[in-house]
Amino acid sequence: MEPLLLSIRLAVCVSAILFVLGMPLAYWLAYSLWRGKFLVESVVALPLVLPPTVLGFYVLVAMGPRGPLGKLWQAAFGHGLAFTFTGLVLASVLYSLPFAVQPLIAAFESVDRKLLDASAVLGAGALRTFWRVILPMSVPGVLTALVLSFAHTLGEFGVVLMVGGNLAGVTRTVSIDIYDHVQSLEYADANRMALVLLAFSFAVLSVVYGVNRRVGRRVWSPWPSR
Amino acid sequence: MALEIKTTGLTAQVRVERLGAATPSFLLDVSIEVFPGVTILFGPSGAGKSTLLDCIAGLLRPNAGRIASGEEVLFDSESGVDLPPQRRRIAYVFQSLALFPHMSVEANVSYGLAHLEEAQRSARIGAILEAFRVEKLRTRKPGEISGGEKQRVALARSLVTLPRVLLLDEPLTGLDAELKASIVDDLRAWNVAQEIPILYVTHSRDEVDALGERVIALEQGRVIGHGNPREVLDAPRRKKLAQAAGFENLLSASVVDLREPDGVMRVRLEESTSEIEVPLGYATPGDRVRVAIRAGDILLATQRPSGLSARNVLEGTIASLERRGNMVIVRVECGVALTVHVTPGATRALELAVAKPVWVVLKTHSCHLVND
Repeated sequence: MEPLLLSIRLAVCVSAILFVLGMPLAYWLAYSLWRGKFLVESVVALPLVLPPTVLGFYVLVAMGPRGPLGKLWQAAFGHGLAFTFTGLVLASVLYSLPFAVQPLIAAFESVDRKLLDASAVLGAGALRTFWRVILPMSVPGVLTALVLSFAHTLGEFGVVLMVGGNLAGVTRTVSIDIYDHVQSLEYADANRMALVLLAFSFAVLSVVYGVNRRVGRRVWSPWPSR
Repeated sequence: MALEIKTTGLTAQVRVERLGAATPSFLLDVSIEVFPGVTILFGPSGAGKSTLLDCIAGLLRPNAGRIASGEEVLFDSESGVDLPPQRRRIAYVFQSLALFPHMSVEANVSYGLAHLEEAQRSARIGAILEAFRVEKLRTRKPGEISGGEKQRVALARSLVTLPRVLLLDEPLTGLDAELKASIVDDLRAWNVAQEIPILYVTHSRDEVDALGERVIALEQGRVIGHGNPREVLDAPRRKKLAQAAGFENLLSASVVDLREPDGVMRVRLEESTSEIEVPLGYATPGDRVRVAIRAGDILLATQRPSGLSARNVLEGTIASLERRGNMVIVRVECGVALTVHVTPGATRALELAVAKPVWVVLKTHSCHLVND
């Protein structure tokens, strides 16, 4: 069960970081009038199309002892980043970024602009408008973002393999564990883990689509429901 | 000793450039003054009414101009003053009302009172909910109340902040006349004590008549008339305004001759040989003019009328009849096509039917000259 617990710990950390990081980023992407915004949008969406090995490769290089991030980390904390849990969290945050940010953008953008105008005319600044109007009206989007970043992190394989390697208790996540079992022809063990992951992913997606359906509003998802 | 009058009116000189136009042109180029009381901003859709309100509220930055409420400057392109909407103290009720759907009526109304203490806030909310007769709806959500109630709540939410100007963008569209009148009465009653300028946007002629103290007519981003509603809208000078003000008949004509002693001139309707008398205008024989006539101002007769003061009688036949509510729309072909409104009763009494010959009677002073 150790790999499963590690995966869950990783997913919780990544979702929490993405929740804090994704909110202002999505707000900016939804409302900024800057012309070059599309470039940032492309960067955020990159992990959707990039093979995990490509992303993992560059993150590994950056985190390595001679990479800029690795050197910085070494100087600050006295040890490297590659093949550590922290390194894994960092890589996963990048990899799951679009799954957190895009549902948030979609939710923020679907809030009627007139409500924002009304809020401003009634004396509320940007922060109050965000807390009192935008966020409460974006609850389904926020939930979607949380659930998808959690589920996506839980199921990732390529990036973990590139950046984390396969260290028991440190970087050996469920998907790596399943791969290991298959390599060793331990199909029963592989099946047990795979089944857990399958059931969990199905449950998570059901929650997301169910909520979207009840709210009656389309919320972004990587796999359109219709 | 000179008497100093402190003005609490709103003045706005606003220029908004059209985006992406090949030659620099203005989407909006107006100068208006709004005094305490209700002023109607009237014009066809696309005339720039909402754009002007957005500028006044601070939601849209004009390219040039100056906006002031009494002594306080809200926007001035020359001195660089541009107060954000949060600090203008201008209330704005949108056509969509923009009530916060996730908040109760009470939370909506208290939204603009965040700066007040609890006791003061609840006193103000209580008073305004009562003034607009929605105190029973406190705990309801906007989705659970009727259209008229929503409009009352939207007014209450805006006015509870004690704004210095109230902007209303067609807030009462879609309400029946009685409900509209009762909301307008409550609004007027509230404003007796406050005496703030209220700028009321509409393109409905009925609302102008119900509310009108003063009207500013806007067309294609320009002010084309202001004053009392009868002066501005009953004698429209321009084609677009005539259409908007409910003149169903707009006829092209050319001036035949001027009869100054009679105060009239004769014009020949285009594509016909019919001549009619219209009020004397600034024109010379041969000039092309447009004549606007309300469908409700035209009389129909089934026999050639005689002994009438009306000078214009045209012979024609009925092309079509169409019942709409309490009105029958008759189209008469008499050299030109005219639209005439009659009652269903008159239709029966005169046995009006398609292809029946009729005589159309136009009073000279029901014929208004308009410019393009």
